[in-house]
Amino acid sequence: MRISLLLLSGLILSGTVFRQYAGTRPERIPALRADSLVLPARFCIGRPATPADIRAWDIDIKPDGTGLPAGSGNAVSGQAIYRAKCAACHGLQGEGPQNRLVRNPQKPKEKTIGTYWPYATTLFDYIRRSMPFNAPGSLSDQEVYHLTAFLLRANGLIDSTATLNAKSLPAVSMPARPLFVPDDRTGGAVVK
Amino acid sequence: MATAAVAILKTSFAKAVQTGVPVSFFKVDDPAKVPGTPPGEIGTRSHFEKLIKKPSDISSRSPLQDFHGIITPSDLHFERHHNGVPAIDPATYKLVIHGMVERPVVFTLADLKRFPGVSRIAFLECSGNFRSGKEELSPQDICGLTSQSEWTGVRLSTLFREVGVRPGASWFLAEGGDAALMTRSIPVTKGWDDAIIAYAQNGEALRPEQGYPVRLFLPGWEGNTNVKWLRRLELGDSPWQTREETSKYTEGIRDGKIRQFSFDMDARSIITFPAFPATVERGWIEIKGLAWSGRGKVRKVEISTNGGKTWAIAELQEPVLDKAHVRFRYLWHWNGTETVISSRVTDDTGYTQPTMQQLLAARGPEMGGYHLNPVTGWLLKPDGRVLHKPESWR
Ligand code: HEC
Repeated sequence: MRISLLLLSGLILSGTVFRQYAGTRPERIPALRADSLVLPARFCIGRPATPADIRAWDIDIKPDGTGLPAGSGNAVSGQAIYRAKCAACHGLQGEGPQNRLVRNPQKPKEKTIGTYWPYATTLFDYIRRSMPFNAPGSLSDQEVYHLTAFLLRANGLIDSTATLNAKSLPAVSMPARPLFVPDDRTGGAVVK
Repeated sequence: MATAAVAILKTSFAKAVQTGVPVSFFKVDDPAKVPGTPPGEIGTRSHFEKLIKKPSDISSRSPLQDFHGIITPSDLHFERHHNGVPAIDPATYKLVIHGMVERPVVFTLADLKRFPGVSRIAFLECSGNFRSGKEELSPQDICGLTSQSEWTGVRLSTLFREVGVRPGASWFLAEGGDAALMTRSIPVTKGWDDAIIAYAQNGEALRPEQGYPVRLFLPGWEGNTNVKWLRRLELGDSPWQTREETSKYTEGIRDGKIRQFSFDMDARSIITFPAFPATVERGWIEIKGLAWSGRGKVRKVEISTNGGKTWAIAELQEPVLDKAHVRFRYLWHWNGTETVISSRVTDDTGYTQPTMQQLLAARGPEMGGYHLNPVTGWLLKPDGRVLHKPESWR
């Protein structure tokens, strides 16, 4: 045991990253707990990602609107696109058969954009990356804005005349937003 | 017999050996004289063994009742996809890490394999892994969306150091390269803790259905966060609120609240023998099954053979690994009268697998369908049939 500890601290001292931990017990050194080997600061494996590499794939959108592209949309234009590209699976009024998208007045608790989605930005992000299911990635940013406006309008969340853009979309108030809470369970004898 | 003789003729050596041996030499009643498969490029399962997954359009379930060990054969690992399985060429595969890092980097598959590696055996379970409602359900039907493998890859912490994660980064987005470009937000702490960028499963490259060539593997965490066909990690300072962490993979709890980021898989167990569709005879029965916890190790498994009135300790088969399926067994003498048998696990945080009634009492009438891990009962009929004891909660 003593020998291996000695060996380990020798290695630690020789590695530049771990100088700051000289004299610290090995199990107290964070890097050693995560990794069993003494690692160099970097391996210099991989090539730098260029702005073009990142731009090609970086399509995600944050709840504050970060990542939203230029352009704007409205529910009227959205309806025409929806009928052509979405209604076959989601129904003319967003009633299904595939995932119901529009709030059902008869069943107000059914999970829909209007009753269950906490952020309007998620809708733009998801339609752009994953829909239509049979041709994901085929929509222009413009079409996605229109479709997002149409679905928010159909759920009664924006006016029929509203214009959606990178500023107004994150500001749309979503009824389910206050309902969401993060998991606070950490094990132990409680069932929650 | 003619067919068996044809099979062996495939290799030239066997052909030489067999020349002149009359087909009538192979006696049907002597298994020693019935040729099986010759040495091959890949092994085969005995054609007497019918191990099959149960597929739907979006998932496929592991035949838990047919397993004898803790490792799920890779071709029988459960599947859940959000828009099919992509065919990714490993030669052009790349992983981009960017966002709140000092150095955005592109890694090829060969790059990832050059880093110091790590392997661990751990389960992977879909958080929507519960079915009930009728008696004719097997363990595969009830909870076949859990499987276990040895996962090999590079620690995410190693890559985090490589790109220089900035101190303020608290979440990262993991994006898959499937048609859905599926995304989940993951706390950076998990990346430093035990996350693996996995390129191998049970000693060989990942199966396409498991994310070939690279997936994120988060020990103990709900299946969906273990993003397959991983192509991009973006470091940031808050979650992205993607569709899979808002509209899906969230569950109704009390007071109309909706719980999200329920990452840990709660401790769970199930008896896989005797279980539907098996039948049993009175006498000695070794009750066997699987137990696991996403929060740590299985501490104990208890068995009830009288509908939950009393419980006795089952034997745990080594190895009992952290965040891993463990096998348990319990020897029991059945006198042939109708009874319900069930198992319940306690993990090393002290959490004991609840009943459906306990879950309902805790989460309320709006309880969602995710993260359900109730004690599962099997009804033994005097005629030897074993039936699922259905739960009703909706
Ligand atoms: C070929 C059938 C099909 C078409 C066409 C289609 N979708 Fe979908 N959509 C689906 C399926 C299937 C899902 C569920 C996918 C999943 O759960 O992974 C879905 C899910 C969604 C969801 C998420 C629903 C929820 O509650 O989480 C939205 C929003 C959506 N689609 C919008 C659209 C829009 C907008 C279009 C038109 C551009 C469209 N879809 C076209 C099949 C389709």
